[in-house]
Amino acid sequence: MSNTAWETLSNQAVATAGIVYFLALVVYLAEWASLRQPAADRELVGAGAAVAEPEQPRTDRTAFLGRLGILLTAIAVLAHLVGLVGRGMAADPNRVPWGNMYEFTLSGTFVVGLLYVVLYRRFGLGWMGPLVVGFVVATLMVAVIWLYDAVAPLTEALNSPWLVIHVVSAVIATGAFTLGGIASIMYLVRMRAERRAEAAGRELSPWLARVPQLDALDRLAYRVHAFAFPVWTFAVLITGPIWAHEAWSRYWNWDPKEVWAFITWVVYAGYLHARATAGWKGRKAALLALVGMATLWFNFIGINYFSTTSQHAYAAERVVP
Amino acid sequence: MTTPPETGRRPGELTARELGRWAWRQITSMRTALLLLLLLALAAIPGSVIPQADVDSLAVTRWKDEHPKLTPVYEKLDLFSVYSSPWFSAVYLLLVLSLVGCIIPRLLVYYRALRAQPPAAPRHLTRMPVHASYSTGQAPADVLDRARTVLGRRHRLRASGHGDDFVAAERGHLREAGNLVFHLSLLIVLAGVAMGSLWGYQGGVILVQGTTFSNNLTQYDDFKPGGLFRQGQMKNFRFTVDEFSVDWLEEGPRFGQARKFEAGLTYRVGDGKPQTYDLRVNHPLEVDGTDVFLIGHGYAPVITVRDGTGQVVCTGPTVFLPRDASFLSYGVVKCNDAKPGRIGLDGLFFPSFDMRDGNPVTVFGDDRNPTLSMLAYTGDLGLDDGSSQSVYVLDKSDATPITKADGKPLRVDLQPGDTVELPDGLGSVTFERVDPWIRVQISQTPGKGIALLGVILALVGLCCSLFIRPRRVWVRAVPADDGSGTRVEVAVLDRSGNGETDEVLAAVLDQLQDQPEIVRQS
Ligand code: HEM
Repeated sequence: MSNTAWETLSNQAVATAGIVYFLALVVYLAEWASLRQPAADRELVGAGAAVAEPEQPRTDRTAFLGRLGILLTAIAVLAHLVGLVGRGMAADPNRVPWGNMYEFTLSGTFVVGLLYVVLYRRFGLGWMGPLVVGFVVATLMVAVIWLYDAVAPLTEALNSPWLVIHVVSAVIATGAFTLGGIASIMYLVRMRAERRAEAAGRELSPWLARVPQLDALDRLAYRVHAFAFPVWTFAVLITGPIWAHEAWSRYWNWDPKEVWAFITWVVYAGYLHARATAGWKGRKAALLALVGMATLWFNFIGINYFSTTSQHAYAAERVVP
Repeated sequence: MTTPPETGRRPGELTARELGRWAWRQITSMRTALLLLLLLALAAIPGSVIPQADVDSLAVTRWKDEHPKLTPVYEKLDLFSVYSSPWFSAVYLLLVLSLVGCIIPRLLVYYRALRAQPPAAPRHLTRMPVHASYSTGQAPADVLDRARTVLGRRHRLRASGHGDDFVAAERGHLREAGNLVFHLSLLIVLAGVAMGSLWGYQGGVILVQGTTFSNNLTQYDDFKPGGLFRQGQMKNFRFTVDEFSVDWLEEGPRFGQARKFEAGLTYRVGDGKPQTYDLRVNHPLEVDGTDVFLIGHGYAPVITVRDGTGQVVCTGPTVFLPRDASFLSYGVVKCNDAKPGRIGLDGLFFPSFDMRDGNPVTVFGDDRNPTLSMLAYTGDLGLDDGSSQSVYVLDKSDATPITKADGKPLRVDLQPGDTVELPDGLGSVTFERVDPWIRVQISQTPGKGIALLGVILALVGLCCSLFIRPRRVWVRAVPADDGSGTRVEVAVLDRSGNGETDEVLAAVLDQLQDQPEIVRQS
């Protein structure tokens, strides 16, 4: 296949992925809507059933929509993968698909989707579907509309095996932090809704009732963050400096991208501390996790527009000397 | 909180000692650590938006020019060197203090815990948050035996005392060890980084193809030593830039981008025999603990100037600095000894010259159509007042532009091999050829291995700390109250608060017997 054919394939695959993600989103929303129909055997909230499966007993239709949703998501993730591989194959010489922001965003969202599909069963993530897929669709749209860049060879500094390790780990951590962040958001949302419901003597809305209980959410968020944090440490504080040392002669240069990676690291260290500190558990810890996610995505996309001194200006070549 | 001892003082009064203790407790508390961490994150932000002298001094100068009012304020606040400023240092030093204060007591506690037996079973296992109980026909001793085998596989068991009616098991000591290793490793990293900034150095030099560099201070263009740098630590080596080559992209969206920079070097350590190395981006040369990096390249037109007497007064490659990614470059020639008048030239070098819409441009970075376009000056070139001058700047404030007969400034436009005669018998300028130059960065970073070891240790410790679940399991077997068989109670305590205790409990019960009657309270 020629390079242009690969590039076309990649673009089409990304478009397909976008459409299928969107379909998945629609199905998930339909699933949510079907939950609204009163289910006779729904549990009351706060009735001390902390250990039971958070999933509600579900009607056939809901279950079917849920299965269809995850199936569509999995198909979209596959198409997404084809899009990524196509980008790499379209370049001459072939390379990893991380030459510019478009490709980084493509990879980041891919990992979010992939992790979701992989962890779906293990952590019972069905309830997260619409949020994850909504996030992925929105970010993909931003990538395609604003960040798109034609396939091009890597700039020389990016041409290193350390880049592969560094970026793989950074992108995996970014995906995982994002999933953890979604869990933390739901923690806050559900906490608020529970308070309100209690004050008004109402039940939780059906789709919130489907979200796991607060302590389960908190634990889920912690576990995902606890997975992501060492990976981020590896990416930012080990492979990043090694690569920077090879390419730029200084392993740590307080370059804006590095600064924000460091800030993200410190904030998440704060999150882990917060979870172990009385008075910070729960709500404040969840808020910290969201601050962490904000710094993460700001660094991923925002800093490129904000700072002109970053050597991590992927698209533009650094003017020498 | 302990209540203060009874004294004659009013409540709320503290002695200096108590105050000290109180302060120490505050500093080493988890909450302080947390707040300091957040403060550190906050303190790091300004340095990412304001240009930093260490990172890009050019950007700092530009910023200062654009904001004359803010500059003095920012300078007072060290905002151009945030990461070495007293206030930033204060935050992380406080954090280190807090860390040390936190770790040392925990080390002692850990040491004692390591040597201690798993604690005995609480009297009422059924009051533990996660527990279960069931009745069985087996004798208590058999149940306990079975519990020992089951738990002994993956737990440390408490030595059984005479008449014990329980088994106590514990696992996951490595979690706390990992946590301690992680926090201690942060200190190692800090030590490594500090070594680098105290004893390290960084220097840069531009070398034209064919020239030789010997590693001593006088040869560097710029040199940034650490605070405790001594000249004696510079290693004795030299290298020659034999050849430099670049690949230029001639098609595609990155048209004109350069790739595959490669500088062939011949180097010698001390009096050793010469060796060769292909210096490339991402492939530094390491000589005896000193690293040599290729970080830039450009063009050095070889310009020869003859003065009015026909004497060669300037010759050789002149380094021109690229202004942008198209390698349009700027350079200066100063010929001090020219007679009857000094000759100065400044202007542009176009690697691939072309006229586009009446404007001179370079259409490519490669030297396909090398062209010089310079203006010539004579008279006072500012070389006499003894102040040192950059070789890249021509002081034209007192110089006289050399003009043509019609009074317009003389533009010296040359291609390789061309010569231009200067008017009034001042001399001539010849453009011989173009040589490439490379910019190398040479640095010693002592402690980088220590810092790396530190982060790796930290990562290992972190993983232990995050993924090992410390827990205690107790099994008690006593004759049932009604005399029929044995009553077995099992309790699980997860000390990290994050484990799946229910699953652990279920697994233990499973292994102990078949059909438990689980009673739980959460
Ligand atoms: C230099 C800055 C620090 C960083 C980057 C940092 C980072 C971390 C991280 C990532 C964890 C999570 C690992 C785990 O959960 O076991 C942690 C846990 C912990 N840190 Fe720190 N820490 C710092 C300073 C401190 C200080 C000053 C203290 C003392 C007050 C402290 C006490 C603790 C404790 C007690 C835990 C265990 C929490 C638990 O049981 O989950 N740390 N720290």
